Amino acid sequence: MATILTVDDSPSIRQMIKVVLEPAGHSVIEAGDGAQGLAKAQAGKLDLVITDLNMPVMNGLELIRALRKLPSAVGMPIVFLTTESNDTVKQEAKSAGATGWITKPFKPEQLLAVVAKLVRA
Amino acid sequence: MNVMDPTEVFRQEAAELFEVLEGALLDLGQRPDDRELVDSAFRALHTIKGSGAMFGFDKVASFTHEFETAFDRVRKGEIKPTQELISVALAAKDYIRALIEEPQSTDDIIGEAILDDLKRFVGADVPASAAPAAAPVEVQAESKQAGWQLHLEFETHILRNGSNPLDLLEDLAKIGPCFVVPVTDGVPYLDEMEPEDCYLKWDVTLHAACDKAAIDDVFMFVQDEMKLTLSPLEHAEAPAPLPLFQLLEEEQIPLQPAEMPAPAAEAAPVAPVASEPVKQAASQPEAKREAAPRREDAKRDDRGIATVRVQAERLDELMDRVGELVIAQARLTQLASAGSDLSIKMIAEEIERLASSLRDTTMGARMVPIGSLFGRFRRLVHDLSRDLSKPVEFVTAGEDTELDKTMIECLADPLVHLIRNAIDHGIEDTAARTAAGKTEQGRIELQAVHSGAQVLVTVKDNGGGLNTARIRAKAEEQGLIAPGAALSDHEIHQFLFHPGFSTAQTISALSGRGVGMDVVKRTIENMRGTIDLSTRPGQGTTVTLRLPLTLAIIEGLLIRVGEGRYIIPLSAVEECIELTAEDDRSRGRNFLNVRGKLVPFLRLRQILTVSGTPDQHQKTIIISTGETHVGLVADQIIGNHQTVIKSLSKLHSDVTIFSGATILGDGTAALILDVAQLVALAQSQTEKHISEAA
Repeated sequence: MATILTVDDSPSIRQMIKVVLEPAGHSVIEAGDGAQGLAKAQAGKLDLVITDLNMPVMNGLELIRALRKLPSAVGMPIVFLTTESNDTVKQEAKSAGATGWITKPFKPEQLLAVVAKLVRA
Repeated sequence: MNVMDPTEVFRQEAAELFEVLEGALLDLGQRPDDRELVDSAFRALHTIKGSGAMFGFDKVASFTHEFETAFDRVRKGEIKPTQELISVALAAKDYIRALIEEPQSTDDIIGEAILDDLKRFVGADVPASAAPAAAPVEVQAESKQAGWQLHLEFETHILRNGSNPLDLLEDLAKIGPCFVVPVTDGVPYLDEMEPEDCYLKWDVTLHAACDKAAIDDVFMFVQDEMKLTLSPLEHAEAPAPLPLFQLLEEEQIPLQPAEMPAPAAEAAPVAPVASEPVKQAASQPEAKREAAPRREDAKRDDRGIATVRVQAERLDELMDRVGELVIAQARLTQLASAGSDLSIKMIAEEIERLASSLRDTTMGARMVPIGSLFGRFRRLVHDLSRDLSKPVEFVTAGEDTELDKTMIECLADPLVHLIRNAIDHGIEDTAARTAAGKTEQGRIELQAVHSGAQVLVTVKDNGGGLNTARIRAKAEEQGLIAPGAALSDHEIHQFLFHPGFSTAQTISALSGRGVGMDVVKRTIENMRGTIDLSTRPGQGTTVTLRLPLTLAIIEGLLIRVGEGRYIIPLSAVEECIELTAEDDRSRGRNFLNVRGKLVPFLRLRQILTVSGTPDQHQKTIIISTGETHVGLVADQIIGNHQTVIKSLSKLHSDVTIFSGATILGDGTAALILDVAQLVALAQSQTEKHISEAA
């Protein structure tokens, strides 16, 4: 059972993630933008962050960079959601410190597979 | 609340995004160079596309994708968003909306036509539904060999990004039995070692007949940060002919602590990993048909981010409970004040304070900024002004003004009507405007402001103003007034609110069918609001709606008339004064001199037909709606009362001077006086006086 933070300005995406991951035994915390996400990451230990890139207030790249500076988030996997499979975006996010990505649209199995890959019991 | 169907959440979200999109597109018509607007529109489109695909709205996703692609030249600044382009974009938006909300009503042909238009306007060599940008997963023919020999070299920073090579090795072991050997030649001396870096490399022999894709899947996220050399194993039994590998295997060289190759995280034994049943590794995410690079830094100016969605009924229920609590609390307060127990009194006061703040909080939770409503009208004005060929500038102010959610919903239709009227009847056509020396472009202002416990919503046009003579003629024609009857302009204007009254000379599709203003008035009055018209010939008309902040609980002034008790909404009360004996000698005209100003007054005893002798010192409560002040004469002013409004039954619907009832602390009922009606009553009396005198 892992604590997973989903950061997305789209409530339906957050809901989707929640609906898939909670039955798998994870607890899912939500945040609507990068700044909220950062605050939640500072507030407690997380096992995984799933973030959108395109968000108001603080975008995903800024969030990833900020998270990587948190002592409590050392080695924490961060996954970003992207609709582009183009490499520029991926490179940018990876060099910001992201661990992996999920390409939207994704199926529940794909989400679960990525989570299983990065979160160890 | 968590069990909400994500598809439903998507629909709601999409509805909000459409408003953002529409707002941005319309604004773009005014400010074609605003990059923020373009980005905002793109962001909305993008989310609709992404989420649409997730929730099975495939048509939405593919259409939106093409829309986005076609619009891309605008985003890149290569072409300007022209009016035509914006109109098509709006049509495209409507089409997407229909795809989501009522897919059965849509037709692919319409969608294609819109896209064709769009492509034509951007003059684009738009690539037809872009080819997948991501290279398809390489299909390897050689899936039959016994296994793979792998050499893994990660970039040193790999651990900092949250990837763990040990996890990856474990994942490999899930495919089949592995023999893993660390390669230590890259490990520096201890004093040169960065504790967070990864210096180890690995050689892995994987004894499984999997294809290359399965291995690529394992390293999916780190492919760019590693060197992966793969070579097929010829025979399951034959170990790879790597000298180092053999050396390690045969001699089992113990690693000295000083030579520990890497940080603790990965210094765990990397001995042969036990085999596990072959497990299907993560499937490759579908390649998206997507090529446009996106900018990440645009700020979004729409609101409603940090919100929890709660069903409206729950808020209504909460409000009901709070209402009951307020009534119970009033009883407690009355009981406590009658007794002498000081501690009970203190508790009663405490509960009163809490109930009052709970009431405010609950009401606050129901408040929604009126901007969400205003946004809808921009499109209306845009379309109307195009259809009627009357250029109109639409200005809104006070979008942040908050109103009860139910009221916002009720307000939509009346405002649509008022805005239509303003454009159709209010604003003159271009020729008439030019002749009158006005700007060609008409102007409609929609404004909301707080005024005490009320919200004022005004719709103001700078058109020709109301034609009083024509309204009068029409009223005479319809037999509403006798020809030549003495009426004030204000009274004449009131006929506009009469059912079936229309002065439009031609019946257009927009207005002039005679339904409307009466409905508008009724809707507003049902919300305990008032509607008022003011007009200046040649300069325009202003319609003012005064609305209470909430529908459920108000602050009231409790008064007594005879034996009965009544509530006057405190928001309407200006002041309370004593009726002097001089004023009381009603010299045939009921006027009060308030600091040199004549204010008409009504005797509530008379209106409510209370018999018996009035109290010796009569009190006057001055109430107002907008500019008009009216005095109400009562026997006693009891004090403030938090009034939980209960509506009257249908049987009482013809009793116009009451707007509702409430329950007092002692369990008895008090009726709430309808301020708007009383003011209207006093006003018509006054005007009669004046016209009689004249």
